[in-house]
Amino acid sequence: MKARVTVTLKSGILDPQGKAIEGALKSLGVDGVASVRQGKVFDIELAGSDRAKAEAALKEAADRLLANTVIENYAVEMKG
Amino acid sequence: MKSAVLVFPGINRERDMARALKLISGKEPAMVWHAETSLPEGTDLVVVPGGFSYGDYLRCGAIAARAPIMDAVRDYAGKGGLVLGVCNGFQILCESGLLPGVLMRNAGLKFICHDVHLRVERSDTPFTRGYNAGQVIRVPVAHGEGNYEADEETIKRLEGEGRVLYRYCSPEGAVDERHNINGAAQSIAGIVNDGGNVLGMMPHPENHVEDIMGCTDGRGLFAGLVQHLEKAA
Repeated sequence: MKARVTVTLKSGILDPQGKAIEGALKSLGVDGVASVRQGKVFDIELAGSDRAKAEAALKEAADRLLANTVIENYAVEMKG
Repeated sequence: MKSAVLVFPGINRERDMARALKLISGKEPAMVWHAETSLPEGTDLVVVPGGFSYGDYLRCGAIAARAPIMDAVRDYAGKGGLVLGVCNGFQILCESGLLPGVLMRNAGLKFICHDVHLRVERSDTPFTRGYNAGQVIRVPVAHGEGNYEADEETIKRLEGEGRVLYRYCSPEGAVDERHNINGAAQSIAGIVNDGGNVLGMMPHPENHVEDIMGCTDGRGLFAGLVQHLEKAA
């Protein structure tokens, strides 16, 4: 089983890196970019085939390490 | 003062810290490897030094905060033991839940490495009793992620309970946006937990403790801790 965990900054949290990327895109002349927020993607392979167990493990992984829930949100997406 | 300095892979300021502790307390600190599960018997002070633990992977301090030794540090702090985190150590303490909030990327996006002035907000704590309230000290900073942020309620609580011990300021002690080097909320440079026994700060007091360093303003922090422990003993 495969899964993807996406970690993004909560809205309202200042994202200076996103702002810098936004500025770079504008200076490249990429049209129509209004704003950029950056985040992280984790592609995780899971041992076993118990989907519920896998989802619980991924949630634990995100809560305990992958995201800092003070400033970040996360989403877990099972693949296949 | 029996101190223990934690050592994580990628930490690089542990020897400066150990040297300062030995110089001021007269006792060689124990260097404690991150994979240990207990602190040396009779530890008076745990220090989480600066550096780049785990190469700042994931988030600064995130991986070190989950190291085996941190459970022992949490127990120790829970019983009122003194813990000092400097720079990456502050980030590790926030990530481990021992301190609230988070250290974000500097508002100006640049790594900042120079001396700064700090205003000591109060002198009646173990971490500041070597100074006078309102005193301005000069110490270096060296960080890319030192912009302290927390939700509004947490900031209000920190301020209301007098838990901001050090603030970035001008050489005269004025706290304003111009001297808030990294954009931190309320110009926060250092805070304590609700028990008052865990301090996290971005600047490096251990790097201003000897005449050869050009300044000895950092000594007061360590001397104050030694005094506090002597009085308690």
